[in-house]
Amino acid sequence: MGEAKVIKGIGASPGIAIGPAFLLDRNQQKVMKYHLSEHEIEAEKIRFREAVDRAEEDLRQLIAELPEELHEHTGILESHLLMLRDSMVFDRTLRFIESERINAEWALNRSLDEIKLLFSRVKDQYLRERAEDVKYVVKRIHDILSGNHITNFNNLDEPVVLVARDLSPADTVQINQENILAFVTDMGSRTSHTAILARSLGIPAVVGLEDITARVLSSSKIIVDGISGLVILDPTPEQVRQYQAKKEDYHKYRLDIVYNSHLPAESMDGFRVKVKANMELIEELPSVIANGAEGVGLLRTEFLYLRQKKLPSEEELFSAYKEVAERLAPYPVTIRTLDIGGDKFVSSVSLGEELNPVLGLRAVRLCLSEPELFKTQIRAILRASVYGEVNVLIPLVSGVLEILQVKEFIETTKAELREEGVEFDPNIKVGIMIEVPSAVMVADLLAKEVDFFSIGTNDLIQYTLAIDRVNEAVAHLYEPLHPGVLRMVKKTVEAAHASGIEVAMCGEMAGEPMYVPILLGLGLDELSMNPIDIPRIKRMIRSIKHQDCIELVASLLDESTAVEIRETLMAFLYRHFPDDYDLPLGRYGDGQGRWGQQ
Amino acid sequence: METFEIEIVINNRLGLHARPATKFAQLASTFESAIWLKKGREMVDGKSILEVLTLACPKGSSLTVVAQGPDAREAVEALKELVEKQFGEFD
Repeated sequence: MGEAKVIKGIGASPGIAIGPAFLLDRNQQKVMKYHLSEHEIEAEKIRFREAVDRAEEDLRQLIAELPEELHEHTGILESHLLMLRDSMVFDRTLRFIESERINAEWALNRSLDEIKLLFSRVKDQYLRERAEDVKYVVKRIHDILSGNHITNFNNLDEPVVLVARDLSPADTVQINQENILAFVTDMGSRTSHTAILARSLGIPAVVGLEDITARVLSSSKIIVDGISGLVILDPTPEQVRQYQAKKEDYHKYRLDIVYNSHLPAESMDGFRVKVKANMELIEELPSVIANGAEGVGLLRTEFLYLRQKKLPSEEELFSAYKEVAERLAPYPVTIRTLDIGGDKFVSSVSLGEELNPVLGLRAVRLCLSEPELFKTQIRAILRASVYGEVNVLIPLVSGVLEILQVKEFIETTKAELREEGVEFDPNIKVGIMIEVPSAVMVADLLAKEVDFFSIGTNDLIQYTLAIDRVNEAVAHLYEPLHPGVLRMVKKTVEAAHASGIEVAMCGEMAGEPMYVPILLGLGLDELSMNPIDIPRIKRMIRSIKHQDCIELVASLLDESTAVEIRETLMAFLYRHFPDDYDLPLGRYGDGQGRWGQQ
Repeated sequence: METFEIEIVINNRLGLHARPATKFAQLASTFESAIWLKKGREMVDGKSILEVLTLACPKGSSLTVVAQGPDAREAVEALKELVEKQFGEFD
């Protein structure tokens, strides 16, 4: 048995898991082998041909988009193109499918074996190594054939810790969560998609481990500590005992907090804040309600698009929105219109490849340029508005013109529905996400046009600080406490209140207990977060005085660096919550309160 | 069916390695005729980059290009020219 190894990553979702690792390694996928019956042969050949077509298309695109400095590699890629169609690969695989009655993957491997044998006999070492190119080409076809590799492991017979290089939003929605004890990935940060989803599902996750996929063996025992961001490979029995205890401890702590979660979010001196949930999957509704949310402040709708290959129909969207509205009533739900592009893509909406997708055709820009796509959503939202309190939230608005266009679009859609005799709430509230710096700068003008603001801190911070939050090289510079960020929030709140509208915050920052004093001090009316964070946030709000928060913020806004702001904040937290924030031990930074330390 | 044959000698420093083999198979594939590459008693499909590569032809190899089909003559001439121009490479 190997020695226990402790690896430090980023704790992306709290909780403890102990169990067997399941390595999702795309390089070493096991090839499925099965025999075909007579009538399946034709379809299998078509499946193979289509996979090769796809691989060819992908390669051509790769060649076309190769940057100038890599042009010398086109030769290699062109030889790959030829290999795809080479008779030894293409024709022979088709022949194997037919003569041996075996599936495409198996037949392809048979072809590859013969090619490898042929290459192994070549004396020239350089030429012999070209066999690697063939393997690479074959792998491309395999990847396409297996396509939805995730489906295979929905049939796991025991719960596992999923270990992967990275998980795309499409991967994560297809995972059957009952079988997943925890997520562990090489890539990612606290705000990457895997992290957000893991938190909303209440599954522990450690991300940003760099090379964990190279160090873990499938089915070996692994401990995941999403609280401290640690992963332990081949733990000793002593460590297992210790973590079992920690797991139970954490469970009790969660229970204790959940029992108190239905108390109002009111500060000790009577300042009332609305605490709502962010959610994306209908399956999360019970968790939203159990954790004491006063409604949903952000309903992400992208997942309705991610789950299937074709665009969802108006009826599908409507029935999903209606269900949420009905089950939440009398609490309200704020539905955000489609926010794809940037780092989120769906297969049913084809977007051009963009050099800078985060600054590209995404969110409201995409919706305005694809009126049909937008129309379906607005109609579905309007129709759902008679079943509960429904608000519309428009993402990525950068200025007044966009919101005028959106409002006109909504009015036209209302007129259509009226004509068709379809019911909707004529006073439905329309709000915008504040996540582009220009929107902050013209927040006073925008406030006159909309019914509410919702600050999306993830993007706002990313755009304000020019930090790509998924780029590991600069992720550490992503700093919510940057004075520039705090001033952005302050300006937004002031503009909203001057026009008499409310301002919410629905980014990651709103779910972090340590930021609560700042957010209260800045005067936000509503905080919306992952359901699992609600009890801790409420507890924080209930144990603090609004007046103290206002004074804290006044002093923070005088500080010139995030480091000083963090120090002042930590000193404040330590003064008010000595048990939770233990300054001398340096527990701060992880934002996990007393669970931040082993 | 017309058949044409033509003798070629590989003069590239590295022989018929990946890039020249790619160009050879690419060009061969543009013809309708069947095309073979013969080295001694071995004969491979000239349109298959894998067969051309595994034929393993170092610098100085003497080969025969054989084409059979409606454009066989054009095929052998074009392939001979490609080889004589050392596949447009200066290596």
